[in-house]
Amino acid sequence: MNSELRQNVLKSLEAGIRLDGRKTDEYRKISVEYGISVNAEGSARVKIGETEILAGVKLSVESPYPDSPNQGTMMVGAELLPLSNPEFEAGPPGIQAIEIARVVDRGIRESETIDTKKLCIKEGEKAWTVIIDICTINDDGNLFDASALASMAALQNAVFPSYENEKIDYKKKTKEKLPLSKAPVSVTVMKIDKYFIVDPLPEEERILDARLTVATTEDGKICAMQKGGDTPLSIEDVDRMIDIAIEKTQELRGHLKR
Amino acid sequence: MTYKERFDGRKFDEIRPMEAKAGIIPRADGSAYFKIGKSVAYVAVYGPRNLFPKFLQNPEKGILRCSYNMMPFSSGGERVRPGGNRRSKEISMVTEKALLPVVDLNEFPNAVVDVFIELPQTDAGTRCAGICAAAIALADAGISMRDLVAAVSVGKVDDKLVVDLNYDEEAHEAGSTDMPVAMMPRTGQISLLQMDGDLSKEEINKCLQMATKALRQIYEVQKKALKHKYEGESI
Repeated sequence: MNSELRQNVLKSLEAGIRLDGRKTDEYRKISVEYGISVNAEGSARVKIGETEILAGVKLSVESPYPDSPNQGTMMVGAELLPLSNPEFEAGPPGIQAIEIARVVDRGIRESETIDTKKLCIKEGEKAWTVIIDICTINDDGNLFDASALASMAALQNAVFPSYENEKIDYKKKTKEKLPLSKAPVSVTVMKIDKYFIVDPLPEEERILDARLTVATTEDGKICAMQKGGDTPLSIEDVDRMIDIAIEKTQELRGHLKR
Repeated sequence: MTYKERFDGRKFDEIRPMEAKAGIIPRADGSAYFKIGKSVAYVAVYGPRNLFPKFLQNPEKGILRCSYNMMPFSSGGERVRPGGNRRSKEISMVTEKALLPVVDLNEFPNAVVDVFIELPQTDAGTRCAGICAAAIALADAGISMRDLVAAVSVGKVDDKLVVDLNYDEEAHEAGSTDMPVAMMPRTGQISLLQMDGDLSKEEINKCLQMATKALRQIYEVQKKALKHKYEGESI
Protein backbone atom coordinates (compact mmCIF):
# COMPACT_ATOMS: atom_id res chain seq x y z
CA MET A 1 0.00 0.00 0.00
CA ASN A 2 2.76 2.43 0.99
CA SER A 3 4.79 1.73 -2.13
CA GLU A 4 1.86 2.74 -4.29
CA LEU A 5 1.37 5.87 -2.19
CA ARG A 6 5.07 6.61 -2.52
CA GLN A 7 4.89 6.31 -6.30
CA ASN A 8 1.98 8.75 -6.41
CA VAL A 9 3.69 11.25 -4.13
CA LEU A 10 6.92 11.05 -6.11
CA LYS A 11 5.12 11.45 -9.40
CA SER A 12 3.52 14.68 -8.28
CA LEU A 13 6.73 15.93 -6.62
CA GLU A 14 8.46 15.48 -9.95
CA ALA A 15 6.00 18.00 -11.33
CA GLY A 16 6.79 20.24 -8.36
CA ILE A 17 3.52 19.82 -6.50
CA ARG A 18 2.20 17.93 -3.49
CA LEU A 19 -0.82 15.66 -3.05
CA ASP A 20 -2.94 18.65 -2.03
CA GLY A 21 -1.57 20.95 -4.72
CA ARG A 22 0.90 22.83 -2.54
CA LYS A 23 4.45 23.67 -3.50
CA THR A 24 7.24 21.74 -1.78
CA ASP A 25 8.14 24.58 0.60
CA GLU A 26 4.62 25.80 1.22
CA TYR A 27 2.84 25.59 4.59
CA ARG A 28 -0.89 25.22 4.87
CA LYS A 29 -2.88 28.06 6.46
CA ILE A 30 -1.58 28.74 9.97
CA SER A 31 -3.55 30.31 12.79
CA VAL A 32 -2.59 31.05 16.38
CA GLU A 33 -5.23 31.84 18.99
CA TYR A 34 -4.24 32.95 22.49
CA GLY A 35 -5.97 32.28 25.81
CA ILE A 36 -8.16 29.35 24.85
CA SER A 37 -8.39 27.88 28.35
CA VAL A 38 -9.16 30.33 31.14
CA ASN A 39 -7.91 28.15 33.99
CA ALA A 40 -4.44 27.66 32.56
CA GLU A 41 -1.87 30.33 33.39
CA GLY A 42 -1.34 30.58 29.64
CA SER A 43 -2.77 28.77 26.64
CA ALA A 44 -2.96 28.76 22.87
CA ARG A 45 -4.51 26.96 19.95
CA VAL A 46 -2.53 26.42 16.78
CA LYS A 47 -4.01 25.22 13.53
CA ILE A 48 -1.92 24.26 10.56
CA GLY A 49 -4.35 23.24 7.87
CA GLU A 50 -6.64 20.79 9.64
CA THR A 51 -4.08 19.91 12.30
CA GLU A 52 -5.17 21.39 15.60
CA ILE A 53 -3.15 21.56 18.83
CA LEU A 54 -3.89 23.03 22.23
CA ALA A 55 -1.08 23.94 24.57
CA GLY A 56 -1.44 25.08 28.14
CA VAL A 57 0.93 26.34 30.80
CA LYS A 58 0.54 25.61 34.50
CA LEU A 59 2.80 27.11 37.15
CA SER A 60 3.62 25.71 40.53
CA VAL A 61 6.13 26.44 43.27
CA GLU A 62 8.66 23.71 44.08
CA SER A 63 12.03 23.48 45.71
CA PRO A 64 14.77 24.05 43.13
CA TYR A 65 17.16 21.28 42.09
CA PRO A 66 20.21 21.12 44.39
CA ASP A 67 22.59 21.74 41.45
CA SER A 68 20.79 24.95 40.45
CA PRO A 69 19.42 26.37 43.71
CA ASN A 70 18.77 29.82 42.22
CA GLN A 71 16.74 28.68 39.22
CA GLY A 72 13.22 27.59 38.42
CA THR A 73 12.49 24.73 36.07
CA MET A 74 10.63 24.05 32.87
CA MET A 75 8.99 20.87 31.62
CA VAL A 76 7.12 19.90 28.47
CA GLY A 77 4.59 17.09 28.17
CA ALA A 78 2.78 15.95 25.05
CA GLU A 79 -0.27 13.78 24.75
CA LEU A 80 -1.27 12.33 21.44
CA LEU A 81 -4.91 12.04 22.37
CA PRO A 82 -6.82 9.11 20.88
CA LEU A 83 -9.47 11.71 20.05
CA SER A 84 -7.23 13.22 17.40
CA ASN A 85 -6.25 10.23 15.30
CA PRO A 86 -7.80 6.74 14.98
CA GLU A 87 -4.34 5.20 15.37
CA PHE A 88 -3.50 6.87 18.68
CA GLU A 89 -4.15 4.64 21.66
CA ALA A 90 -5.12 5.55 25.17
CA GLY A 91 -2.56 5.02 27.89
CA PRO A 92 0.80 6.41 28.90
CA PRO A 93 2.67 8.47 26.27
CA GLY A 94 4.30 6.33 23.60
CA ILE A 95 7.64 7.07 21.99
CA GLN A 96 6.03 9.34 19.38
CA ALA A 97 4.57 11.62 22.09
CA ILE A 98 7.76 11.51 24.11
CA GLU A 99 9.84 12.53 21.11
CA ILE A 100 7.59 15.50 20.33
CA ALA A 101 7.68 16.64 23.96
CA ARG A 102 11.45 16.33 24.18
CA VAL A 103 12.13 18.10 20.89
CA VAL A 104 9.80 20.97 21.86
CA ASP A 105 11.44 21.03 25.30
CA ARG A 106 14.93 21.35 23.82
CA GLY A 107 13.89 24.13 21.44
CA ILE A 108 12.55 26.20 24.32
CA ARG A 109 15.19 25.26 26.89
CA GLU A 110 18.26 25.73 24.72
CA SER A 111 17.06 29.03 23.27
CA GLU A 112 17.17 30.23 26.89
CA THR A 113 14.01 32.19 26.23
CA ILE A 114 12.84 31.57 29.81
CA ASP A 115 15.06 33.34 32.30
CA THR A 116 15.01 30.54 34.87
CA LYS A 117 16.91 32.69 37.39
CA LYS A 118 13.94 35.07 37.48
CA LEU A 119 11.75 32.10 38.40
CA CYS A 120 13.57 31.75 41.69
CA ILE A 121 11.57 32.96 44.69
CA LYS A 122 13.95 32.04 47.52
CA GLU A 123 17.32 30.55 46.72
CA GLY A 124 17.58 26.87 47.56
CA GLU A 125 14.01 26.79 48.82
CA LYS A 126 11.37 27.98 46.40
CA ALA A 127 11.19 28.53 42.67
CA TRP A 128 8.51 28.49 39.98
CA THR A 129 8.12 25.41 37.81
CA VAL A 130 6.67 26.01 34.37
CA ILE A 131 4.90 23.03 32.85
CA ILE A 132 3.76 23.15 29.24
CA ASP A 133 1.29 20.50 28.15
CA ILE A 134 0.55 19.81 24.51
CA CYS A 135 -2.73 18.12 23.55
CA THR A 136 -3.62 17.10 20.02
CA ILE A 137 -7.19 17.72 18.87
CA ASN A 138 -6.86 16.72 15.22
CA ASP A 139 -3.81 15.15 13.64
CA ASP A 140 -3.57 16.01 9.99
CA GLY A 141 0.20 15.91 9.89
CA ASN A 142 3.12 18.02 11.14
CA LEU A 143 2.51 17.71 14.87
CA PHE A 144 6.14 18.73 15.51
CA ASP A 145 5.90 22.27 14.15
CA ALA A 146 2.36 22.82 15.40
CA SER A 147 3.31 21.66 18.92
CA ALA A 148 6.37 23.89 19.10
CA LEU A 149 4.43 26.91 17.86
CA ALA A 150 1.53 26.26 20.27
CA SER A 151 3.93 25.84 23.19
CA MET A 152 5.69 29.12 22.45
CA ALA A 153 2.35 30.92 22.09
CA ALA A 154 1.10 29.47 25.38
CA LEU A 155 4.28 30.70 27.11
CA GLN A 156 3.77 34.18 25.67
CA ASN A 157 0.21 34.13 26.95
CA ALA A 158 1.11 33.03 30.49
CA VAL A 159 0.88 35.17 33.61
CA PHE A 160 1.85 34.33 37.18
CA PRO A 161 -0.94 33.46 39.60
CA SER A 162 -1.04 35.35 42.87
CA TYR A 163 1.50 34.05 45.42
CA GLU A 164 1.21 35.24 48.98
CA ASN A 165 2.38 33.78 52.27
CA GLU A 166 3.90 30.85 50.40
CA LYS A 167 0.55 29.92 48.85
CA ILE A 168 -0.59 30.08 45.25
CA ASP A 169 -4.08 31.37 44.56
CA TYR A 170 -4.81 30.01 41.09
CA LYS A 171 -8.09 31.91 41.00
CA LYS A 172 -6.23 35.21 41.20
CA LYS A 173 -4.04 35.95 38.22
CA THR A 174 -1.51 38.74 38.28
CA LYS A 175 -0.57 40.83 35.24
CA GLU A 176 3.01 39.67 35.42
CA LYS A 177 4.13 37.77 32.33
CA LEU A 178 6.76 35.04 32.24
CA PRO A 179 10.36 36.29 31.82
CA LEU A 180 10.76 35.50 28.10
CA SER A 181 13.40 36.97 25.86
CA LYS A 182 13.13 35.06 22.59
CA ALA A 183 10.67 33.16 20.45
CA PRO A 184 12.13 29.83 19.29
CA VAL A 185 10.18 28.26 16.44
CA SER A 186 10.63 24.83 14.87
CA VAL A 187 10.48 23.89 11.24
CA THR A 188 10.60 20.26 10.19
CA VAL A 189 11.93 19.46 6.74
CA MET A 190 11.18 16.06 5.21
CA LYS A 191 13.19 14.23 2.65
CA ILE A 192 11.36 11.92 0.29
CA ASP A 193 13.65 10.44 -2.36
CA LYS A 194 15.54 13.49 -3.63
CA TYR A 195 12.84 15.98 -2.70
CA PHE A 196 12.57 18.23 0.34
CA ILE A 197 9.19 19.31 1.67
CA VAL A 198 7.81 21.13 4.69
CA ASP A 199 4.51 20.81 6.59
CA PRO A 200 3.75 17.20 5.63
CA LEU A 201 0.35 15.57 5.35
CA PRO A 202 -0.10 12.24 7.21
CA GLU A 203 0.30 10.42 3.87
CA GLU A 204 3.63 12.13 3.27
CA GLU A 205 4.77 11.34 6.81
CA ARG A 206 4.06 7.69 6.19
CA ILE A 207 6.52 7.47 3.30
CA LEU A 208 9.22 9.89 4.38
CA ASP A 209 12.84 8.80 4.19
CA ALA A 210 14.17 11.27 6.74
CA ARG A 211 13.14 14.37 8.61
CA LEU A 212 15.03 17.11 10.34
CA THR A 213 13.43 19.38 12.91
CA VAL A 214 15.32 22.64 13.37
CA ALA A 215 14.49 25.11 16.14
CA THR A 216 15.76 28.64 15.66
CA THR A 217 15.46 31.95 17.44
CA GLU A 218 14.78 35.29 15.76
CA ASP A 219 18.48 36.19 15.82
CA GLY A 220 19.18 33.21 13.60
CA LYS A 221 20.66 30.99 16.28
CA ILE A 222 19.91 27.30 15.85
CA CYS A 223 19.09 25.96 19.29
CA ALA A 224 17.89 22.40 18.75
CA MET A 225 17.72 19.75 16.06
CA GLN A 226 16.35 16.27 15.72
CA LYS A 227 16.79 13.89 12.84
CA GLY A 228 14.13 11.27 12.31
CA GLY A 229 13.24 8.64 9.77
CA ASP A 230 15.05 5.43 8.80
CA THR A 231 17.24 6.79 6.00
CA PRO A 232 20.56 8.57 6.61
CA LEU A 233 21.27 12.08 5.34
CA SER A 234 24.36 13.43 3.60
CA ILE A 235 26.09 16.58 4.83
CA GLU A 236 24.71 18.35 1.73
CA ASP A 237 21.20 17.18 2.63
CA VAL A 238 21.53 18.56 6.15
CA ASP A 239 22.89 21.83 4.79
CA ARG A 240 19.96 22.19 2.41
CA MET A 241 17.38 21.21 5.05
CA ILE A 242 18.72 23.77 7.54
CA ASP A 243 18.55 26.45 4.83
CA ILE A 244 14.91 25.62 4.12
CA ALA A 245 14.09 25.53 7.83
CA ILE A 246 15.68 28.92 8.52
CA GLU A 247 13.85 30.43 5.60
CA LYS A 248 10.46 29.10 6.71
CA THR A 249 11.00 30.01 10.37
CA GLN A 250 10.27 33.67 9.63
CA GLU A 251 6.87 32.78 8.27
CA LEU A 252 5.93 30.72 11.31
CA ARG A 253 7.24 33.28 13.76
CA GLY A 254 5.15 35.90 11.99
CA HIS A 255 2.07 34.28 13.52
CA LEU A 256 3.31 34.88 17.07
CA LYS A 257 2.60 38.08 18.96
CA ARG A 258 5.56 40.34 19.40
CA MET B 1 -27.43 33.35 55.94
CA THR B 2 -29.19 32.27 52.82
CA TYR B 3 -28.07 32.15 49.20
CA LYS B 4 -30.15 35.05 47.87
CA GLU B 5 -28.54 35.75 44.57
CA ARG B 6 -26.38 33.45 42.48
CA PHE B 7 -22.71 34.38 42.19
CA ASP B 8 -23.02 34.91 38.44
CA GLY B 9 -26.42 36.59 38.62
CA ARG B 10 -28.44 33.74 37.09
CA LYS B 11 -31.94 32.82 38.18
CA PHE B 12 -31.99 29.69 40.35
CA ASP B 13 -33.44 27.57 37.54
CA GLU B 14 -31.33 29.14 34.80
CA ILE B 15 -28.55 27.24 33.03
CA ARG B 16 -25.36 28.90 31.86
CA PRO B 17 -25.00 30.05 28.22
CA MET B 18 -24.36 27.14 25.87
CA GLU B 19 -22.60 26.65 22.59
CA ALA B 20 -22.62 23.43 20.57
CA LYS B 21 -21.01 22.37 17.32
CA ALA B 22 -21.02 19.10 15.43
CA GLY B 23 -18.18 17.81 13.28
CA ILE B 24 -15.22 19.76 14.63
CA ILE B 25 -12.58 17.02 14.37
CA PRO B 26 -12.08 16.03 10.73
CA ARG B 27 -10.21 12.79 11.46
CA ALA B 28 -12.97 11.40 13.66
CA ASP B 29 -16.02 9.52 12.40
CA GLY B 30 -18.14 11.89 14.45
CA SER B 31 -17.29 14.77 16.75
CA ALA B 32 -18.71 17.60 18.77
CA TYR B 33 -17.92 20.61 20.92
CA PHE B 34 -20.14 21.54 23.84
CA LYS B 35 -19.62 24.53 26.07
CA ILE B 36 -21.75 25.40 29.07
CA GLY B 37 -20.57 28.43 31.01
CA LYS B 38 -16.83 27.98 31.26
CA SER B 39 -16.86 24.18 31.00
CA VAL B 40 -15.79 22.94 27.59
CA ALA B 41 -15.90 19.41 26.15
CA TYR B 42 -14.46 18.09 22.91
CA VAL B 43 -15.65 14.65 21.85
CA ALA B 44 -14.54 12.37 19.06
CA VAL B 45 -16.27 9.13 18.10
CA TYR B 46 -14.40 6.38 16.25
CA GLY B 47 -16.23 3.32 15.02
CA PRO B 48 -17.81 0.94 14.77
CA ARG B 49 -14.32 -0.51 14.35
CA ASN B 50 -12.52 -3.75 15.11
CA LEU B 51 -11.96 -4.42 18.76
CA PHE B 52 -8.70 -5.91 20.00
CA PRO B 53 -7.65 -7.84 22.03
CA LYS B 54 -10.20 -10.28 20.76
CA PHE B 55 -11.42 -11.52 24.13
CA LEU B 56 -13.04 -8.11 24.68
CA GLN B 57 -15.35 -8.66 21.72
CA ASN B 58 -19.00 -9.44 22.13
CA PRO B 59 -20.24 -11.73 19.33
CA GLU B 60 -23.82 -10.62 19.89
CA LYS B 61 -23.50 -6.88 19.61
CA GLY B 62 -21.06 -3.99 19.49
CA ILE B 63 -19.50 -2.43 22.56
CA LEU B 64 -19.59 1.21 23.59
CA ARG B 65 -16.39 2.42 25.22
CA CYS B 66 -16.12 5.89 26.75
CA SER B 67 -13.13 7.71 28.09
CA TYR B 68 -13.30 10.97 30.06
CA ASN B 69 -10.12 12.98 30.41
CA MET B 70 -9.24 16.40 31.78
CA MET B 71 -6.39 18.10 29.98
CA PRO B 72 -3.47 18.83 32.34
CA PHE B 73 -4.07 22.61 32.21
CA SER B 74 -7.88 22.49 32.37
CA SER B 75 -8.48 22.83 36.07
CA GLY B 76 -8.82 25.93 38.20
CA GLY B 77 -6.31 24.52 40.68
CA GLU B 78 -3.06 22.64 40.24
CA ARG B 79 -2.04 20.87 37.05
CA VAL B 80 -3.92 17.61 36.53
CA ARG B 81 -1.47 14.76 36.15
CA PRO B 82 -2.03 13.06 32.80
CA GLY B 83 -3.01 9.41 32.64
CA GLY B 84 -6.30 9.38 34.48
CA ASN B 85 -7.23 8.60 38.05
CA ARG B 86 -10.02 6.90 39.99
CA ARG B 87 -12.37 9.82 39.39
CA SER B 88 -11.90 9.87 35.62
CA LYS B 89 -12.31 6.10 35.44
CA GLU B 90 -15.61 6.24 37.28
CA ILE B 91 -16.88 9.13 35.17
CA SER B 92 -15.94 7.21 32.02
CA MET B 93 -18.00 4.29 33.27
CA VAL B 94 -21.10 6.27 34.23
CA THR B 95 -20.89 8.17 30.94
CA GLU B 96 -20.95 4.87 29.11
CA LYS B 97 -24.05 3.82 31.04
CA ALA B 98 -25.66 7.19 30.36
CA LEU B 99 -25.27 6.82 26.59
CA LEU B 100 -25.80 3.08 26.20
CA PRO B 101 -29.64 3.12 26.28
CA VAL B 102 -29.88 5.28 23.15
CA VAL B 103 -27.35 3.59 20.88
CA ASP B 104 -28.21 0.57 18.80
CA LEU B 105 -25.13 -1.61 18.44
CA ASN B 106 -26.94 -4.82 17.46
CA GLU B 107 -25.72 -4.51 13.90
CA PHE B 108 -22.06 -4.46 14.92
CA PRO B 109 -21.10 -7.70 16.67
CA ASN B 110 -17.43 -7.88 17.71
CA ALA B 111 -16.99 -4.17 17.04
CA VAL B 112 -16.41 -1.19 19.31
CA VAL B 113 -17.58 2.39 19.21
CA ASP B 114 -15.03 4.57 21.00
CA VAL B 115 -16.09 7.86 22.55
CA PHE B 116 -13.22 10.11 23.65
CA ILE B 117 -14.17 13.04 25.86
CA GLU B 118 -11.51 15.69 26.43
CA LEU B 119 -11.86 18.76 28.61
CA PRO B 120 -9.58 21.72 27.88
CA GLN B 121 -11.32 23.99 30.40
CA THR B 122 -13.45 23.11 33.41
CA ASP B 123 -15.83 24.94 35.72
CA ALA B 124 -18.00 22.15 37.22
CA GLY B 125 -20.59 20.08 35.38
CA THR B 126 -17.95 18.53 33.15
CA ARG B 127 -19.31 14.99 33.09
CA CYS B 128 -22.63 16.47 31.95
CA ALA B 129 -20.96 18.63 29.31
CA GLY B 130 -19.10 15.51 28.15
CA ILE B 131 -22.32 13.53 27.83
CA CYS B 132 -24.05 16.35 25.92
CA ALA B 133 -21.16 16.53 23.47
CA ALA B 134 -20.88 12.74 23.21
CA ALA B 135 -24.53 12.40 22.20
CA ILE B 136 -24.05 14.95 19.42
CA ALA B 137 -20.84 13.23 18.29
CA LEU B 138 -22.46 9.77 18.21
CA ALA B 139 -25.27 11.14 16.05
CA ASP B 140 -22.69 12.91 13.86
CA ALA B 141 -20.90 9.56 13.43
CA GLY B 142 -24.10 8.10 12.04
CA ILE B 143 -24.62 5.58 14.85
CA SER B 144 -28.26 4.44 15.07
CA MET B 145 -29.81 6.17 18.05
CA ARG B 146 -33.21 6.16 19.68
CA ASP B 147 -32.76 9.67 21.04
CA LEU B 148 -30.04 12.05 22.14
CA VAL B 149 -28.94 12.21 25.77
CA ALA B 150 -28.85 15.55 27.56
CA ALA B 151 -27.26 16.06 30.95
CA VAL B 152 -27.09 18.76 33.59
CA SER B 153 -26.30 18.94 37.26
CA VAL B 154 -28.87 20.19 39.72
CA GLY B 155 -28.59 20.52 43.46
CA LYS B 156 -28.59 22.81 46.41
CA VAL B 157 -26.40 25.74 47.34
CA ASP B 158 -26.83 26.68 50.97
CA ASP B 159 -30.62 26.39 51.22
CA LYS B 160 -31.58 27.06 47.59
CA LEU B 161 -32.26 24.49 44.89
CA VAL B 162 -30.34 25.41 41.75
CA VAL B 163 -29.70 24.22 38.22
CA ASP B 164 -26.27 23.89 36.60
CA LEU B 165 -23.90 24.65 39.47
CA ASN B 166 -20.60 26.29 38.62
CA TYR B 167 -17.37 25.77 40.56
CA ASP B 168 -17.91 28.66 42.95
CA GLU B 169 -21.34 27.30 43.85
CA GLU B 170 -20.00 23.79 44.36
CA ALA B 171 -17.41 25.29 46.71
CA HIS B 172 -19.94 27.44 48.62
CA GLU B 173 -18.87 27.75 52.23
CA ALA B 174 -22.36 26.98 53.57
CA GLY B 175 -22.27 23.65 51.74
CA SER B 176 -23.62 22.49 48.43
CA THR B 177 -25.19 19.40 46.94
CA ASP B 178 -24.49 18.27 43.42
CA MET B 179 -26.75 15.89 41.51
CA PRO B 180 -25.80 15.21 37.89
CA VAL B 181 -28.71 13.94 35.81
CA ALA B 182 -28.73 12.59 32.26
CA MET B 183 -31.97 12.01 30.45
CA MET B 184 -33.34 10.91 27.14
CA PRO B 185 -35.45 13.99 26.53
CA ARG B 186 -38.13 12.36 24.38
CA THR B 187 -39.15 9.82 27.00
CA GLY B 188 -37.90 11.48 30.17
CA GLN B 189 -36.00 8.30 31.14
CA ILE B 190 -32.99 8.88 33.37
CA SER B 191 -29.72 7.22 32.38
CA LEU B 192 -27.32 8.90 34.82
CA LEU B 193 -28.03 9.87 38.37
CA GLN B 194 -25.46 10.64 41.00
CA MET B 195 -25.62 12.78 44.08
CA ASP B 196 -23.37 13.94 46.82
CA GLY B 197 -24.47 16.19 49.61
CA ASP B 198 -27.69 16.48 51.47
CA LEU B 199 -31.20 16.52 49.98
CA SER B 200 -34.59 15.38 51.23
CA LYS B 201 -36.74 13.15 49.05
CA GLU B 202 -38.98 16.12 48.28
CA GLU B 203 -35.99 18.21 47.29
CA ILE B 204 -34.74 15.44 45.00
CA ASN B 205 -38.12 15.39 43.31
CA LYS B 206 -38.11 19.13 42.91
CA CYS B 207 -34.56 19.00 41.53
CA LEU B 208 -35.51 16.37 38.98
CA GLN B 209 -38.37 18.58 37.81
CA MET B 210 -35.95 21.48 37.44
CA ALA B 211 -33.51 19.23 35.59
CA THR B 212 -36.20 18.05 33.17
CA LYS B 213 -36.98 21.64 32.23
CA ALA B 214 -33.31 22.53 31.76
CA LEU B 215 -32.60 19.41 29.75
CA ARG B 216 -35.27 20.37 27.21
CA GLN B 217 -33.31 23.55 26.52
CA ILE B 218 -30.06 21.62 26.20
CA TYR B 219 -31.75 19.14 23.86
CA GLU B 220 -32.74 21.99 21.53
CA VAL B 221 -29.15 23.26 21.45
CA GLN B 222 -27.88 19.74 20.66
CA LYS B 223 -30.39 19.26 17.84
CA LYS B 224 -29.59 22.68 16.44
CA ALA B 225 -25.88 21.83 16.30
CA LEU B 226 -26.58 18.67 14.31
CA LYS B 227 -29.05 20.36 11.99
CA HIS B 228 -26.61 23.19 11.42
CA LYS B 229 -23.90 20.81 10.23
CA TYR B 230 -26.13 18.96 7.81
CA GLU B 231 -28.09 22.00 6.65
CA GLY B 232 -28.45 22.05 2.91
CA GLU B 233 -27.36 18.46 2.49
CA SER B 234 -29.87 16.22 0.79
CA ILE B 235 -30.56 12.91 2.46
